[in-house]
This record gives sequence, C-alpha cells and structure tokens, in this order.
Amino acid sequence: MAEGQKTIEIEVLRYHPENDTEPHAQVFEIPFTDDMSVLQGVQYIKDHLDGSLSFRWSCRMAICGSCGMMINGVPSLSCQTFLRDYYPARVRVEALAHFPIERDLVVNMEGFIEKLESIQPYIIPREARTLSEGEYLQTPEQLGAYEQFSSCINCLLCYAACPQFGLNSRFVGPAALALLHRYNADSRDGGKAERMELVNSEDGVFNCTAVGYCSEVCPKHVDPANAVNQNKTNSAIDYFLRFLAPKGGAR
Amino acid sequence: MSKRRPYVRSMDGWWRRNPYFVEYMIHEGTALFVAAYAGILLAGLVRLAEGEAAWNAWLAALKNPWYVGFHLFALAALAYHSFTWFKIMPRTMPPVIVEGQRLPAWVITGGGLAAAVVASLILLGVVWGMVR
Repeated sequence: MAEGQKTIEIEVLRYHPENDTEPHAQVFEIPFTDDMSVLQGVQYIKDHLDGSLSFRWSCRMAICGSCGMMINGVPSLSCQTFLRDYYPARVRVEALAHFPIERDLVVNMEGFIEKLESIQPYIIPREARTLSEGEYLQTPEQLGAYEQFSSCINCLLCYAACPQFGLNSRFVGPAALALLHRYNADSRDGGKAERMELVNSEDGVFNCTAVGYCSEVCPKHVDPANAVNQNKTNSAIDYFLRFLAPKGGAR
Repeated sequence: MSKRRPYVRSMDGWWRRNPYFVEYMIHEGTALFVAAYAGILLAGLVRLAEGEAAWNAWLAALKNPWYVGFHLFALAALAYHSFTWFKIMPRTMPPVIVEGQRLPAWVITGGGLAAAVVASLILLGVVWGMVR
C-alpha cells in the first residue's frame, strides 16, 4: 500500500465447510478510495489478501442480482453500496440472512430456484392463437397492472429481509409471489387457477404478516409486499368463490 | 465425496437485529391494547345488561387511578398502532387508479390518518355532548 493511503476495515463472516464447524468473523484492512463499492472492497480482498474468499458477483451495476449481502445487517446489493457511506468505521459483511451459508458469502439458493419453478413463471396463454392470428395485444393500463412486478432480478434481498421466511423456509416468499402475481395480473395469461393453488396453500401468502421490510430493501422497487398482500385478498375471494362456482376457486 | 455442509444460522432474537423489526414488534404488541380495550367495552356492555346498579359499579371502577393510567397508556399505544397501520396500508391494498394515475402511497397514508383523526374528534364531540 502506498504511503499516506487511506484504509478501511472490512469484517467478513467466513465459513469453509471443510474446516469450520461454524462461521467466524475475519477483519481485512484494504485501501480506501471515495468511489469504491463494498463489492470492490471484497474483490480487493480476494485479489490481494485472501484468494480463498468466496462470493457471487457479475454485472457491477445492480442489474444481475448476484452480489446481495448483509452489509452492517442490512440486505444490500454490494455493487451499489459504497464504502464512503461507512468510512472511517469498519464495515461488516455477511452472507444473505435466512439462507443456509454454502461458503463465506455464498448462500444456498436451491430452495428459491424450486419455488421459482413452482410458480410457473411464464405466460400460460388464456386463448391459444396461431401465428397467422398475430400477436397478443395489450393496452397501457393492462401493462401497468403487472409491470412493476416484472422488474424482479431475483437478488433475494427480500428473502433476507423477511423474518417469516427465516422462521419457515417453506414459505414461498416475497420475490416468487411477486413474480407469481406478475403473471396472474397479465391480461394475456390464463394460468391463475393453477397458481392460486400455491397462493392458498400452507406455504402461501398467509405466512406473510406484513412486516413490509422486503419492499423497503428491494433495489428494483418491485414492492413484493404489495403483491403478497393483494393475493391475500385474491385468496379470500378464491375461497368464497368455491361455494358459488362449482369449478371455480380453491380446491 | 462432497464437502458441502450448508450452515443454517439461528433465528434466536431475530427481531432485535434490525430497527425495522423492532418497530414491527412494537406495532404488533400495541395490538394487544386494542384487544384489551375492546374487552373493557364489552365488559361495560355486559354490566349494562345486568342493570343500573351493575352499570354504576362499572362506571365507578373506571375512575380508579390505575384504570385511568391504563387508559392513558392504551391511548398512546393505539395512536402508535394507528400511525404504523396506515403507514403500511399502501403496501397491503390493491393499486387505486385515479384518472389513469396510481394514487401515491403518501396520499393513502395521509388519507387514512386524517380519517382516523376526524373520526376520533367526532366521537369525542358526541361523547362530550352526552356527558354535559
């Protein structure tokens, strides 16, 4: 390090399953500049101080959703969180809360991937159309009904912000339910009845107690809490509909 | 052989980890005062049905300083509960579209709080008019 170089300490929660029985903190001192993100900080550690440090990252511009970490206890994308906002204090980084730690800052996201599959995150056409019939048309209002919920980048910050998911990992959770709502609210989609099974289930929306922190930490302003809570209403309607419509609603 | 051994962190004391969770727990906790107050009113109704003597005994019991103190505390708890309830309200309801625009969150929160204040004032006025 150059003479007179400013430095900052980063405390990392380390865990190497082959050696460690449980995670432990390790402090690194790195050179500090005004324009460094927390991600650049951990990259400096990996490149210059300890090559065994493991973490996920890719785009460096809050698009890919790979670099989520707990930064001083707050679920954050490390690429858009800057060291200058903490300097000269020490910054504490930890793997995303509520997920099992695979290694250092890398979490096991298998459970989330399964949930993502289970919500059928694709349009199930309301009516089949042939190519010659042309595209499915949609008005700006119809687009507006789901557009914000389509901005999710699967960064999992909302899960790290959701104590109910932490207490019950079977809960489908904010991001997957927001994406589920994104398709249910799409005028071209006809898969709502199938997806409502999951919304209504033991693992569905009623695990949510409206803490609301998921929407607070979302870097893409998806507002997953809103999607989840709208579906509490939808689920209640669905429940009563089954008394009226022989084939409608939940089973 | 795989060296994988995913480590699951404990959730003990989760609500103390973040100021947001602490506020959430206080909000949920104040709901107990809402329930307690409903219980008190219900007891009053039962006493009223039992006749004049029972009703007057209930009214006298309410004047106990401990009871008055509880009511003041409950009022503060209810005010906090209302405030945080309307704060989260925009997140819990379907979008309200007015003239093609989505109603902003602060309008919903502000509208709810204003309605709560107006309703309280009307109730206060009615009760004031009855006891005078």
